[in-house]
Amino acid sequence: MLSQILMRSLSHFLISIGGVALAALIGVLIGIGLTRVRSIAGTVIGLVEILQTVPSIAMLALLMMVFGLGNTSAVMAIFLYSLLPIVRNTYTAILSVPPMLLEAGRGMGMNSFQRLYKVEVPNAIPVILSGFRVSLITAYGIVTIAVLVGGGGLGEYVYRGVQTNDTMQILQGAIPICIMAIFTDLFLNKLENRLMKHQVKTA
Amino acid sequence: MNEFWTFYERYRTRFWTCMLQHVQISFGAVLIGILIAVPLGILLTRYKPLAKRVLAIVGVIQTIPSLVLFGLFIPILGIGIVPAMTVLVMYSILPILRNTYTGISEVPPGYVEAATGMGMNSMQRLIRVELPIAMPIIFTGVQLSCVYIISWTTVASLIGAGGLGDLIYMGIYSYNYRLIFLGALPASIMAVLTSILVGKLAKVVTPKGMR
Repeated sequence: MLSQILMRSLSHFLISIGGVALAALIGVLIGIGLTRVRSIAGTVIGLVEILQTVPSIAMLALLMMVFGLGNTSAVMAIFLYSLLPIVRNTYTAILSVPPMLLEAGRGMGMNSFQRLYKVEVPNAIPVILSGFRVSLITAYGIVTIAVLVGGGGLGEYVYRGVQTNDTMQILQGAIPICIMAIFTDLFLNKLENRLMKHQVKTA
Repeated sequence: MNEFWTFYERYRTRFWTCMLQHVQISFGAVLIGILIAVPLGILLTRYKPLAKRVLAIVGVIQTIPSLVLFGLFIPILGIGIVPAMTVLVMYSILPILRNTYTGISEVPPGYVEAATGMGMNSMQRLIRVELPIAMPIIFTGVQLSCVYIISWTTVASLIGAGGLGDLIYMGIYSYNYRLIFLGALPASIMAVLTSILVGKLAKVVTPKGMR
């Protein structure tokens, strides 16, 4: 019983992380790209914002028609929902790096790529991380509903419990999910604050 | 395409019933949410030590997934429209409460002092100075709330609340992509349009001097 709950929790976590990781990889690149081509930033972020507005079940159902039943649809839905927090946070974080630091980098003879990964990205990390946090917590919720399109994870307990009006079954899924969500929030928040302290003080 | 229209004709009455239910549930929940959250947010700005705790609890509730929250209320309220509405109202309060609090807390103290200097009492200050300046932020909260609730209402169909979610579930169970479309597309369009509309409304209610 307990081992089954643990297994489901693990797969719940892995599916969520999978989607968020995919979005992190692509979203951070898009975010950085947008800071270089700022004229299209508004349009791109607007489009991603519309994606975010689509109700999660509608998104899952529509994706199911493309990717079929199973976890792929869940991962894709998480990917699409995570794009907004990650792209937007990366974009604003890099733009708000103090120009002083960039000039110092230039003065030290860094080229544009060196400035990016030695100055801009390290300074933007806490804000980018908060994008990951929001995405991951949203992802837990999406995986929970993804049971409807044949996804694994803890959603199955909750869903079956809801269908059969079985409180124990609901709690078996609900408690681990809530614990996961609350701990992710706490842990990543702590990490953000700690990283924030290492930021260069420019004031 | 033609095929889709004949399909639509067949489901027309069902579709519009679901649509109407969806609109009623979502907007009803947000409306009640506003009525509770705005006064509560204002009250919190008057009791700052309490505010921190309340907002922390709000933050925790917001991390709980929709289906889980609906599930947790089944043992207490059963299934149907009552538990669905309860959860939806509860959830719609969260972003509005947070934004009302932040919006009013962040009104520059200079304005409040100027108002006091003009002889306004605390009620007048609230209505004429603090609320108008906080309006754009409060509306951002309402916008968030609308988008969440329209999405959550599709989940609420699972506990028997009705709405467009019914069509989506029927579509998924019978693997009928036209039914899925008939539920998913209108729900998505409703969310996107509402978000844009509330965004526009936020600009309208922003005091002239701040635009």
